[in-house]
Amino acid sequence: MILLAAEASGVANEVVTTTSGVIGLAWLIPVLPLLGFVAVLATTKALGDRAANLALAASAATFALSIAVAVTVITDLATYVRPMPTWIDVGGFTVTFDLLVDQLTAVMLLVVTGVGFLVHVYSVGYMHGDSRYPRFFAYLNLFLASMLILVLGQNLLVLFLGWELVGLSSYLLIGFWFEKREYAAAAKKAFITNRIGDVAFMIAMFLTFATVGTLDILGVVENAEAIASGTAFVLVLLFLGGATAKSAQIPLYVWLPDAMAGPTPVSALIHAATMVTAGVYLLVRLSPVLVQSVPGMEVIAYIGVFTALLAAIIAVRQDDIKKVLAYSTVSQLGFMVLAVGVGAFRESIFHLVTHAFFKGLLFLAAGSVMHAMANRADIWQMGGLRKAMPITFWTALTGWLAISGVPPFAGFFSKDQILTEAYFHGYGFIWITGLIAAILTAFYMSRWFFLIFLGTPRYGDEVHPHESPRSMTIPLIALAVLSTVGGVLLNPVHTGPLYRFLEPTVGPIDDLGYEPYGPLEESVLIPLAIVAAAIGIGLAYLLYLRRPIMGARTSEPIRGPLAELAERRFFVDEAYEAVFVTAGGGLARAMVWFDTRVIDGLVNGAGGGSVLLGRGSRRAQSGLVRRYVAVMVLGVLALLAVLIAQVV
Amino acid sequence: MAIGYYLVVSALLFSIGLVGVLLRRNAIVLFMCIELMLNSVNLTLAAAARLWGGPDGQVFVFFVIVVAAAEVVVGLALIVNLYFRRGTLDVDVPQLLRW
Repeated sequence: MILLAAEASGVANEVVTTTSGVIGLAWLIPVLPLLGFVAVLATTKALGDRAANLALAASAATFALSIAVAVTVITDLATYVRPMPTWIDVGGFTVTFDLLVDQLTAVMLLVVTGVGFLVHVYSVGYMHGDSRYPRFFAYLNLFLASMLILVLGQNLLVLFLGWELVGLSSYLLIGFWFEKREYAAAAKKAFITNRIGDVAFMIAMFLTFATVGTLDILGVVENAEAIASGTAFVLVLLFLGGATAKSAQIPLYVWLPDAMAGPTPVSALIHAATMVTAGVYLLVRLSPVLVQSVPGMEVIAYIGVFTALLAAIIAVRQDDIKKVLAYSTVSQLGFMVLAVGVGAFRESIFHLVTHAFFKGLLFLAAGSVMHAMANRADIWQMGGLRKAMPITFWTALTGWLAISGVPPFAGFFSKDQILTEAYFHGYGFIWITGLIAAILTAFYMSRWFFLIFLGTPRYGDEVHPHESPRSMTIPLIALAVLSTVGGVLLNPVHTGPLYRFLEPTVGPIDDLGYEPYGPLEESVLIPLAIVAAAIGIGLAYLLYLRRPIMGARTSEPIRGPLAELAERRFFVDEAYEAVFVTAGGGLARAMVWFDTRVIDGLVNGAGGGSVLLGRGSRRAQSGLVRRYVAVMVLGVLALLAVLIAQVV
Repeated sequence: MAIGYYLVVSALLFSIGLVGVLLRRNAIVLFMCIELMLNSVNLTLAAAARLWGGPDGQVFVFFVIVVAAAEVVVGLALIVNLYFRRGTLDVDVPQLLRW
């Protein structure tokens, strides 16, 4: 709504370096939650559960400050640089903690702190009674601080610092209930998978520095056009490698579904709304580099669209209330990545924002349902919760309609704009595949929604579902409002306010030579997208709601080889297990053998050899005086012989 | 004066002493053989001093005699103690200082 007032100029931003005003205080945005993290840990002993209020206050303060910063950017469009102390200064290489605040940052700040604050509020109710209640809030604050460092960093290395820290907080929060072995394993899986992407990111930074001579984002963007296309291609692939891990794309998406082991607010905040979008943010932030290599962008697009399709197919057959949403998140992230790949940078950010609204909402609704169902997660054990939980039902309804792409809810606009942009940029295959993924999205989300909230109850008498406390329903309502009106207010038409607002921050795509794939206009493409949503919802209605047999079923009635394959997630985890874990284990065993046999053998051999030598030579120490004399005489005689031989 | 005779006598004395040290096992005899070797060296030194007409060799002989006297004190004390403790004078019997 505030964005409506913004009139983007359509030209590049002016760079303003300032330490005064609201921008001058921007450094407090990541520092406040960081202080909150430290304060909560320090006062937990003295204050007990009340220490969590500090974290709540920190998140609220940083949200307020983010609004102020965003308003500054909106009223006075520019790229603000807030100078900060130097981190590294070696030779010609300087890294500072300078903050970069432009339109893209403003959007990310609002999403991160806004959803972050709501999740903090929600957690008050959801985590109530947990034995580590204050620590949970401390970790949430640590995550907020890390994510804000990532978003605000003006230097790729500072961005990487945040990138690593969100990985750490993600690890801590996935394994929050580490007493359960599989939860701890899921945390490790997430961390290790992300390390693979981190390596790609690091190599990308090395190459960037070698090519451009700086890691400052503004410097890199400014010199992007000078990068040779071959180098740019490699750079794009390396940054994509980093993004595939953080944003859960093929082939590194496997950690995200397992990350659902964490408490549900964590899934909502980190593994749906914010952290997983870091990869998309990175790609959009570096879009001026991306446009130097159209083949590289095409790789991004295909990775994205295949991820969207694969995850959507898997999501159709998941029975866990959070696993469906997890695969849905992977799929929606696929949409964002494919948008980046087809040159629809701003549409990607738009989808990022609306997705944060509706997927955060859906996760929080799922948490509310699990809260009411005594932590049951099997959607086949639910049904008919509409009556018992009216607020959760109505808010989840808006989330469901939004993600399914039903107008006028937020997801419809963002997803539709990505698909039409793919079409207008000549990527027909991606458009069709994306449309199929959109049908599947509507289908599996409807299945999820129908099985939980509609129909007849399939749970036993031992469960007494009830509406969640106010601290949980208020964030639900807030996100439901955003999911409903977010799309209309931000970007109701393709070149809407958000689109123009973000223009100066993304790479130019005008001279990439994009041609429309076919003759269809938006007036045809938009109805097509609505038809896709209707097909998905209608199919789900026929299969899961209308059929009377559903009444008593407590397991999936539709079976078949393809269904089985989707249910087993295409055996990707098993394949990785076989290839990487087993092969890695074999390699490790070979290394151990080499170390214990060859390396240790050499060391022990040196010792053993000395022992043997000593054992042999100590025989000379006979204790017989006369033998010593004899040896000495022989020695003297030998010396004499040598001397005489020399003289003669 | 031909120094050769002195040297031959000296070498003979030294060799007798050496062979005695190597072949005999009785500690007293061993000791006397060592004295024999010392004295053969003394003879050489005296002869050489006479040949060169300097006092150095003769002074050195006195030193050797003095040191040898001290050595006899220590050596005989060792031998007496050996006999008291082991009841033998055979130098091959005590073999404690070995591997």
